[in-house]
Amino acid sequence: MEGLRIRVRGQVQGVGFRPFVWLLARELGVTGRVLNDPEGVLIEAYGPAATLPDLLRTKAPPLSRIDGIEVTPITGEAPTDFVIAASEGSGAETRVTPDAATCPDCLEEIHNPSERRFGYAFANCTHCGPRFTILNALPYDRSQTTMAPFAMCADCAAEYTDPADRRFHAQPVACPACGPKVWIEPHHDAPLAEAAARLHHGEILAIKGLGGFHLAGDARNAGAIALLRQRKMRPAKPFALMGTLDTIRQYAAPSDAEVALLQDPAAPIVLLANRGSLPSEIAPNQSTLGWMLPYTPLHHLLLDLLDGPLVMTSGNLSGEPQVIGNEEAREKLAPFVDAFLMHDRDIARRIDDSVERITPHGPMVLRRARGRVPGTLPLPKGFEDAPQTVAYGGQMKAALCLIKNGQALLGHHLGELDEALTWEAFQQADRDYSDLFDHKPQVVAVDLHPDFRASRHGAARAEAEGLKLEEIQHHHAHLAACMGENLWPLDGGEVAGIILDGVGLGPDGTVWGGEVLLGDYTGYERAAWLRPAPLIGGDMAAKEPWRNALARLDQAGLPDWADALFPDKPLAMARMAAERGLNTPQSSSAGRLFDAVAACLGICPDRQSYEGEAAMTLEALAQKAPPEEMAFYYDINASGSRIDPAKMWEPLRNDLENGVSTEIIALRFHSALARAFACAAVGLVQQGRARAIALSGGCFQSALLLDLTCHWIEAEASSLGIKVPVMHHTKTPANDGGLALGQALIAAARHLG
Amino acid sequence: MNMMRLKQDTVTLAHGGGGKAMRDLIESVFTSVFQPDGMEDQARLMDTALQEPGARLAFTTDSFVVDPVEFPGGDIGKIAVCGTVNDLAVGGANPLWLSAAFIIEEGTEIALLRRIVESMRIEAEKAGVRIVTGDTKVVGRGSADKVFITTSGVGVIPAGRTLSADRIQEGDVAIVNGVLGDHGAAILAARGDMMLSTDIQSDCQGLDHLMQAVCAAADVRACRDATRGGVASALNEMAEACGLAIEIEETALPLRTEVKGVCEILGLDPLYLANEGTLVLFVPEDQAEAALAAMKTTEAGQGACIIGKAKKGPKGQVTMRTLFGGARIVDMLVGEQLPRIC
Ligand SMILES: [Fe+3]
Ligand SMILES: [Mg+2]
Ligand SMILES: [Zn+2]
Ligand SMILES: [Zn+2]
Repeated sequence: MEGLRIRVRGQVQGVGFRPFVWLLARELGVTGRVLNDPEGVLIEAYGPAATLPDLLRTKAPPLSRIDGIEVTPITGEAPTDFVIAASEGSGAETRVTPDAATCPDCLEEIHNPSERRFGYAFANCTHCGPRFTILNALPYDRSQTTMAPFAMCADCAAEYTDPADRRFHAQPVACPACGPKVWIEPHHDAPLAEAAARLHHGEILAIKGLGGFHLAGDARNAGAIALLRQRKMRPAKPFALMGTLDTIRQYAAPSDAEVALLQDPAAPIVLLANRGSLPSEIAPNQSTLGWMLPYTPLHHLLLDLLDGPLVMTSGNLSGEPQVIGNEEAREKLAPFVDAFLMHDRDIARRIDDSVERITPHGPMVLRRARGRVPGTLPLPKGFEDAPQTVAYGGQMKAALCLIKNGQALLGHHLGELDEALTWEAFQQADRDYSDLFDHKPQVVAVDLHPDFRASRHGAARAEAEGLKLEEIQHHHAHLAACMGENLWPLDGGEVAGIILDGVGLGPDGTVWGGEVLLGDYTGYERAAWLRPAPLIGGDMAAKEPWRNALARLDQAGLPDWADALFPDKPLAMARMAAERGLNTPQSSSAGRLFDAVAACLGICPDRQSYEGEAAMTLEALAQKAPPEEMAFYYDINASGSRIDPAKMWEPLRNDLENGVSTEIIALRFHSALARAFACAAVGLVQQGRARAIALSGGCFQSALLLDLTCHWIEAEASSLGIKVPVMHHTKTPANDGGLALGQALIAAARHLG
Repeated sequence: MNMMRLKQDTVTLAHGGGGKAMRDLIESVFTSVFQPDGMEDQARLMDTALQEPGARLAFTTDSFVVDPVEFPGGDIGKIAVCGTVNDLAVGGANPLWLSAAFIIEEGTEIALLRRIVESMRIEAEKAGVRIVTGDTKVVGRGSADKVFITTSGVGVIPAGRTLSADRIQEGDVAIVNGVLGDHGAAILAARGDMMLSTDIQSDCQGLDHLMQAVCAAADVRACRDATRGGVASALNEMAEACGLAIEIEETALPLRTEVKGVCEILGLDPLYLANEGTLVLFVPEDQAEAALAAMKTTEAGQGACIIGKAKKGPKGQVTMRTLFGGARIVDMLVGEQLPRIC
C-alpha cells in the first residue's frame, strides 16, 4: 500500500511532538508509527495522510520549532494501528529543550479548586515547566533529573504513560501527593501567605526559582528597595521586576510586540519604557525598567496574594553568580534577607533570567540565558559540512558555542571568568554542552587575547586533544556573529562591519574597539577606526570614566577643560603615565569614548558602579531630547581610515557652557558617532567593496545608537542613490555574549575553505 | 688608600682589557672593600656547620638588572646581596658565602660603583655572609645599562629542616612579613619621575635573621621570596606544588596607603608588584601565633600578618575573597597585562 515517510527537523524532541502526531493520526484515521531518531522525528503514515504534513506545521506543540519537513512516498504493508515506536539511533542533535514558563492549561489547573493540582507550586506538563535547569545527565529522563528523588504517584504515572494526556512523558510531572514541596524559613504553616505578608511589610525575601535564587521585595516600597541596595552593596545597577500583565500595564505601556515577548515561553526580562510611577531607586537614571511575568506556578501563586509588582534581583554576593543550593543560600544570603521561600527540587544548573527588549528594528537580546538555552540556531548556507567546532568566547560575558550538523548551540550567559564560581560554571558548561550535543570537535576557536581565561582554556584543550586551534580577532568575531545570525551565506561576499565595542586585542598589539571592518567569514581588513587614545591605567579606564575624558580632552588640545572638570583627580600623574606609556595602551575603543562624554557631562565621572552605567545613563539622557536634535551632530571627522573625535569637544563644551541641556548634548554626540561610522561603512558599499553593512559590538545594546546608525546609513545611502542591506542582532547578543558564535563560524569557515 | 690609583672618574673599555687599568679598578673599587685582608681568586670554604650530621649544602645564583640602579631605599648592590641571601634563606639555609660578578657599561661613574659596592658590603655584613670571589667585565656603551650584577650564594641547611611547597597541608595559614609592593612602587616612582610623594621606599632587605627566628619557633612548611611577579606569583607557585587551593583575604593584605594610591592611579595590582624583602610562608594553623611572634622579634618581620590559608579546591588555584565577599581568581602573571574589560 502507498504511504508517506515524513521527516521533521528542528526542535521536535522533548516537546510532546510524538503524542501530538499520535493524536493527529488517530483523528485522521491514519495508521503507521512515529519515532525519535538522531535527525529529529520520523513518521510513517498510511491511509488518509495527505493533509498530515500541513497539520504538523499549523498545529505543532507550543515548545516545538520546525526547521524543515521532507515527505517521500513509500510502499509497504499498512499496519492496523498508529503507534509511538521506540527511539532509533543515538547522537540526537539536542535532546533537552529550554525551560518554559507555566502554560495556560497548567495555570488554569492551579487556580481551579476542583483540580488535584489546585494551589500546587510545581505543576507542569509537556508544554511547560523546568527542563535544562533540572537536568543532571543525558538522556533527558526523569531518573537523570533532580526530580529523581520524587517517585511518581499512581495518578501522575497514569498521566505520564497516556499518549492522550498533556503530561505524556513530561519528565518533571508532579502533584501535591508525590512532588516537591514549598516551605518558608523561619517556619510558618502557610508559606506563601507568610511570604506575601512579609513582602507587604517591606521585608526582603530569598525565593528559590528555576535557575537560581532571587532576592525579592515590594517594588512600590522605596524603603524596601533602599534596604535591598544597601544589603547587597549595589548602589545603582537596575533591579528587575516581576508582575502580572495587569500589574505591568499599570506601570508601563507595553506594545503588542512587547506583550508577545513577555508572554513568550522563555519569559525573559523585557525592558519597557519607564513611566516613572515606581520608586526611582529601582533603576536610577535609566529610561527603562526590566519586567518579567511570573514563570513558575510558585511565582504565580505568590503574585496572586500580592496586588503589585516585586523587585526580583538575582540572589548572589556582589560579583558572584546566583546561589542555587538551599544550604548555600542559607549561608550566603542570610545577611540580605528576612526569610527564605524554599523548596526541595534541586537546581542542577545555574541560569540567569534572559534580558531582552523590543527596538524599532525588532527584538534585541541583552542577556541570553533561561528559556533560550539550549535552543539551537540554524547556520547560514555553505556551513552544511562545517567541521564540529567549539568556540570559547570572551572574558567578561562568557558564553561558549558548539557547531555540529549545520546547527549552532550558543550557550548561556555565564559572567566574568575571573570570578571563581563563574569559572567553575564555565568548565561545567564546557563538559555539559559537549555531552548534550554529543560533540567531538575537530576545531577549537578562541579570542586572540592570551589573557582571557577562555582563550587559555581552549588552547589547553586543543593542545591536549591534538585539535586545530584558531585564534580569532575579537571584532572580526563580532562581525561574523552578526552575519551568521542573519544567515549571510558563506559565499555571500564581503560585508562592512561597524563594530562599536569595549576593547579587544588587535593583531597589531594595540587595543581595538571602534572599527569598520571589511570582511567575510574567513578574513577581514581594518578599513577605518576611531583615532586611538590611551587607556590610562589599563582596565581601570573601563571603571573610571574621568580617565577617558582626560585622554580625549588632552588629545583634542583642551587640557585646561580637563583641569577644570576634574580638579580632585591625580591628573599630573595620569598624564605622566600616559606620556611614558606606563600601563596606558592605545585604544580605538568606542565604549571608552561614551565614557569620556559621560564624564564631561557629570555622569559617574569617578566610577561606574556597574558595567555600562555611564553609557546606559548617557543613552537614557539622549532618549529624552527632542529627536530632531540629531540633525545637529558634532563634528567627528571621518577621512580615509581615520575617524577622529578631536573636533567635537570644543562645540560640546560650548553647548554645555551655553546652557544647552545634557539631554541634547548626549543626543548630538550619539548622532555624530553613528553618522561618522555610517558614512565610512556606506562608502565601502558605494565603492563596491562591501555588499552589506553589519552592526555589532557591545555599544549596539543601545537601542538609540542602533536606531541612529540605521538612520544615517539609510540617509547616506539614499543621498548616494544606492541600496544598502543592513544586518544587526535580534536573536543573539551584540556584546560578548554572542562572540563565541562568530568565533565558531570563522574557525569553521577556515576549515571549509 | 688604593683609591688614589684610579685617574678617571668613569669606567673605560681599558678597565676591561685585562691589564693594569683593570687590576687597578678591581683592587681600588672591589677587593679593597669586600676583602680588606687580601683577595683570593678562589674561595676555599671551611665551615663547621657543614660537618653537622644531616646538614645539606644550598647553592643559588641570580642576576640583577634594575632601572634605575639607585632608588629610594636602596640600589642594585643592595638588591644583589639581599636577593641571593633571601634565595638561600627562604629555602631554609643559613647563608654563608657569596660571589659577585659585575658587567659594567663603559662610561659608568666610578663614584656610582663605589656606592653600589659599599651598600653590598653593608648588606653582606648585616646578613653575616662573606663575598669571597668575584669578576668584572666592561662592555661598550649601550651593551649594558650602567651595571649588571650576578651573585651566587652558598649556605647550609641545618639537619631536620625541610622547606618544600609540597608539605603545605589543608588549613595551613599563609603569612607575609610586612607590607606588599613597596619595592615595585618605589622603582616605578623613581623611574617615572611620577610626582609621587617620595615616601615610598623599596622594602629591599635581608630575610635571613627572620627566617632563622621563625624556623626555630614553628614548623615552616614552605617559604617563597615574593620578588618579581609579587605575592601573586609566589602563591601560585606554592599552590601548584602542593596541589591545593589557596585563598587570601583582600582585607587582610598589608598595603601602605601610598602604594595603594599609586596602584589605583596606574591601574596596577599590588599583588603583582615586585618586592625585595617580602616573603610568604606557610605554617600549621595552630603554630601561626608562635610564628608571628618570632617574626616580630626581627627587623624584617615587624609587619608580619596572616593573609590567607590553604584549602580544598581546584588544584593550584589561588583566589582572593574580596571586600564584597566574592572570590576572584589570582593568576600567575603572563607577560604584560593588556586590558580585558569589553
Ligand atoms: Fe566585545
Ligand atoms: Mg634565583
Ligand atoms: Zn503546562
Ligand atoms: Zn503525583
